[in-house]
Amino acid sequence: MTARAEVVPGGAPGRSLGRDAWRRLRHNRAAFVAGIVLVVLLLACIFVPMLAPYAYDRQDLALGATPPSAAHWMGTDFHGRDLFARVFFGGRVSFAVGFIATGVALVIGVTWGAVAGYFGGRVDAVMMRIVDILFTFPFLILVILLKVFFANSRSPLYHAFQATLGLFVKDAKDPSYLPLFQIFFVFGALGLVSWLTMARIVRGQVIALREQPFIEAARAIGVRPLAIVFRHLVPNAAGPIIVYTALTVPQIMLTEAFLSFLGLGTEEPLSSWGLLVAGGAETMALYPWLLVFPSVMLAVTLLCLNFLGDGLRDALDPRARKA
Amino acid sequence: MTASPRARRTLAGLALALRLALVKLVAIVPTLLIVATLLFFLLRLAPGGPFDRERAAPPEVMRALEHKYHLDESLFAQYGRWLTDLLFHGDLGPCFKYPHRTVNEIIGATLPVSMHLGLMALLVALAIGIPLGVVGAARQNRWQDTLSMAAALVGLSVPRFVLAPLLVLAFSLGLYWLPVARWESWRHMILPVVCAALPTAAYVARLTRAGLIEILGADFIRTARAKGLSERRILFVHALRGGLLPVVSYLGPGFSGLLVGSLVVEKIFNIPGMGRYFVEAALSSDYALLTGVTLVYGALLMVSNAAVDVAYALLDPRVRGT
Repeated sequence: MTARAEVVPGGAPGRSLGRDAWRRLRHNRAAFVAGIVLVVLLLACIFVPMLAPYAYDRQDLALGATPPSAAHWMGTDFHGRDLFARVFFGGRVSFAVGFIATGVALVIGVTWGAVAGYFGGRVDAVMMRIVDILFTFPFLILVILLKVFFANSRSPLYHAFQATLGLFVKDAKDPSYLPLFQIFFVFGALGLVSWLTMARIVRGQVIALREQPFIEAARAIGVRPLAIVFRHLVPNAAGPIIVYTALTVPQIMLTEAFLSFLGLGTEEPLSSWGLLVAGGAETMALYPWLLVFPSVMLAVTLLCLNFLGDGLRDALDPRARKA
Repeated sequence: MTASPRARRTLAGLALALRLALVKLVAIVPTLLIVATLLFFLLRLAPGGPFDRERAAPPEVMRALEHKYHLDESLFAQYGRWLTDLLFHGDLGPCFKYPHRTVNEIIGATLPVSMHLGLMALLVALAIGIPLGVVGAARQNRWQDTLSMAAALVGLSVPRFVLAPLLVLAFSLGLYWLPVARWESWRHMILPVVCAALPTAAYVARLTRAGLIEILGADFIRTARAKGLSERRILFVHALRGGLLPVVSYLGPGFSGLLVGSLVVEKIFNIPGMGRYFVEAALSSDYALLTGVTLVYGALLMVSNAAVDVAYALLDPRVRGT
């Protein structure tokens, strides 16, 4: 998107891209409501596990599975664990995976696309050819394979993780940190396979921008190429980058849930929404509440993220709206 | 018999598509070989083996097992043996987890089921998605558009593994209309096919709408309107052909998405397809089975992408020139 300065004689106040977008977003009722719901859910996932009377992993085997009641608002599971606490703790894991992995994908994708687009020529050809090749591989299968290779206690990555952890805690060799390593692994693996579309989008934007006069001016006064890329080109491609980032978050959360559902993502005794849905699906004939609550939470969150992403696209990319 | 210019053009297009198909198919073979080699070495270099158990087996048993599957030979000897078997006999080797079956037997028994599920789901997805997208484009920004696109967004947001158990809960356990699981009669197929198809249908609907709206703004549509053609004829005869191009190019990735998505559907509905074995092989480090199934997935994906490229060349005259 090019920065368009509208010069009005007499001087109406100029409007920035951000303020313009915010105004449009506020008038999009679906996206605005979705945004509010998301903020509420996010705050709940942060604070409910701190305030809830039951810990997410506290078992009460004598109690067993009970339907929703005044003491346990969403009921309890087979081990007598409080589903309310588990759902919101699982939400933390799901959101964390969504945001952190998206961050990884954002950094790689923007850098890759911007460098390929600005330098062009052979650099561009090689870099985008790599993206094309990676695109033809179903990335979920790639994640599953990565997980098989590296996410176990004998993997070199685990030793690196233990060494890093040793800087902060004394008992880094304790096997109870293995689930934590696996979560970090999922962050990284999902981020590593999700940057391809971002790279393509940023490259397209940069190619459109790089012949603009302001870039020529920057070159003329001797700004270094990498500074041109990151200080002048990337900020001017902010609109599409924000939009696609917003649309990547639900995709990654969906993938994490999918992997956990198959037993290849987050593992017990931690919880994540995919893991809870998987457990609920196994016993749905007897304890339907164990399926319904986490399913609804996951579906509502993904729906809100998608609505918000669509709203952001309409707000930040007016051309896409007309199309 | 003299061919009309139109027929000759069609024939030339077909010949070109045939040549393109051949080139694409030949290009798949080396790619698959590279993938196979990478998989072979990565899997065997990864820590953890197929015979690791909670309680370690006695060393002599381990030795006998490793000898039986040639795991005690050097890596390159193993690779040579495996590649010769694959190239000259089409044999993917024995399966570690199920000692009485070979990888070929497992794939032979499960691939048809997965393909059946995947293709039916693709057809259902197109049958639902395209009309929904056409309605959205034809009634742009009116309530029909809002409704169908909201439905598509919901379809896109509800994952298959959430949809499937909820549908089973409602239609099988609640209403007793349809069977809970298995893959036998057409009644068994309704729920799995619908579950696999809906997210894809939602994506197809959005693509159809966007593609059609773009085409409806083109000059040749204005010309058609100026000639006084009916809106219906413009929409279905003139616009749909170009408007569906994004859907056509999505079919390749879409089909692979369906195959991967059917991992979950097969698990939930207890369908004897390939996806279940892929997950099991991944969980138990069964090298041979994992490599075999991954290669089949890769081949399917590349063939469907090639088919899409060819279809694209047939539909879009602009591509043919290049």
